[in-house]
Amino acid sequence: MVTHQQRLAARQTRRGLRTGIAIVLLALMLFPVYWMLNISLQPSGGTLPSSFFPPSPSLSGYTTAIHDQGQNLITSLIIAIGTVVLTLLVAAPCAYALAQFRFRWITWALLAILISQMIPGIVIANALYTLYENIGLLNSIPGLIIANAAHAVPFGILIMRAFMLGVPTSIVEAARVDGAGLVRAFLSIVVPISRNSLITVGLFAFLFAWSDFIYALTLTTEGNITPVTLGIYTYLGAHISNWSAVMATAMLASIPAIILLVIAQKYIAAGATGGAVK
Amino acid sequence: MSDAETLTTATEPTAPSSETAPAPRRGRRGEEIAKILFVVPAALTIIALFGYPVVKNLVMSFQNYTLRTFINGEAPWVGLQNYVAVVTDELFSKALVNTALFTIGSIVGQFVIGMLLALFFHKNFPLNGVLRALFLLPWLLPLIVGSAAWRAILEQDSGVLNVTLEKLGIIDAPIPWLTSPDVALIAIILVNIWLGIPFNLTLLYSGLQEIPDELYEAGSLDGATGWKAFWQITWPNLHAVVSVVIMLGVIYTLKVLDIILGLTQGGPANATQTINLMSYQRSFVEFKFGQGAALSNILILISLVFAIVYLRATRRQVDE
Repeated sequence: MVTHQQRLAARQTRRGLRTGIAIVLLALMLFPVYWMLNISLQPSGGTLPSSFFPPSPSLSGYTTAIHDQGQNLITSLIIAIGTVVLTLLVAAPCAYALAQFRFRWITWALLAILISQMIPGIVIANALYTLYENIGLLNSIPGLIIANAAHAVPFGILIMRAFMLGVPTSIVEAARVDGAGLVRAFLSIVVPISRNSLITVGLFAFLFAWSDFIYALTLTTEGNITPVTLGIYTYLGAHISNWSAVMATAMLASIPAIILLVIAQKYIAAGATGGAVK
Repeated sequence: MSDAETLTTATEPTAPSSETAPAPRRGRRGEEIAKILFVVPAALTIIALFGYPVVKNLVMSFQNYTLRTFINGEAPWVGLQNYVAVVTDELFSKALVNTALFTIGSIVGQFVIGMLLALFFHKNFPLNGVLRALFLLPWLLPLIVGSAAWRAILEQDSGVLNVTLEKLGIIDAPIPWLTSPDVALIAIILVNIWLGIPFNLTLLYSGLQEIPDELYEAGSLDGATGWKAFWQITWPNLHAVVSVVIMLGVIYTLKVLDIILGLTQGGPANATQTINLMSYQRSFVEFKFGQGAALSNILILISLVFAIVYLRATRRQVDE
């Protein structure tokens, strides 16, 4: 006969086993990232080292990477921060309006936003290239910020609206009764309450812009503005003569994603599921 | 916007008798304008960055829009010539087939693996949440970074995949993953599957969480456990989430450009050429913007078909 204790013990073992399996699966999944780190720490030329651990870790790859691509990392950072600011400024009021004001055309607006997320980037690049050429935004940081906001704004509206639907109308009304205008009620009540959704959207806007490649590739032509994704592409395009520098740059470009995953996990999870289902 | 604010605050009573008191008539107009102003910046952004490009692409696709257009401003109308030119190009059918194979292969792979992982993580065990969250990393990395990592892994002579396979005696000669027309498409599909797993896992997992436990408890009384429970309880209840995941997956995969450029640039011998890449090359390598626009419109048309299916699926989900 199986006692209660034995059954409990068996369950414990099974749960422990599952954790073990999960760790193995995760290790497989993250192997490419580990491999990037591994190679970035081994000085190498055009031939890749095959040792699974750096025998004598060296930062020379990073030195070269920062020398070649440091400026590009800063360019990416400026573009990403600009995109966050622009996205929040534009999307937050709209999300609130679509959540709380009773417009008759809300369904149509939401439909347009959903459809806009499906437009391929190449369509936008095609049109913006000709437009930017005419108005002088080609090869400019504002030009790239605006293009990146194209993807972040609809996403931001959907995420923040879903959250703001839950903001009780009574507290906003109470403030209005006390004499606050719409804008002030929005800024002093709705924004603080919706803080989490704003952070989620801000983080994703940052990641979108930081990861952008297609606009960096098509909307710059002179090489004076090179976001780091474009820098990596240039590295990859030519015959690769210094693998450790390439991988070091890729690691540096991964830092925002890694930081966000570690410190802002709950916001990331909210964005991952919210954007698609809600 | 500040004008609107002063307008509404100025006309509003400071101490009305009840919370539900209607706004006074004089403030009504300003109030409506203020409400509209909340939407205007976003509306302008979406019109400028989605509406305009879609219309512009449509117009360009009927014009002979080339580098010369930028110099002399002339873009003569050519009717359907751009469409005829791209569709009759021998590359087109190859790109179309590749797009289909790439999309189907990626979606099937991502979905099956994502589903199995979601079912696995749906069980209870220590560190579940942390480990699941770490699975998201490949999805958060810039696609070009993922491509760079895989370039290193798949490199023919010194890449770790071939080196390991040779050491294990599974292959005799290194496989030219990215340089042979026979396997390059398979290689980029594998990389795209890797990139798509986190998205599938996350959405399917949250779908599984929404299925009430009572259903399984009731089912187990009727002998529905294991795979039987999956097909009789999980799958029917997950239907809406599954359609959303697959449709979004298709739409995203059709747009993929970064990883193909990062891994193969459409080569070798156009083995990984897709409609999206062809559009990019026509516009930004050959500077035939009219033809690039025609191709991207064909891509939109394909996406639209899936978008309609997607919208139907989400609407059904909302109704439920």
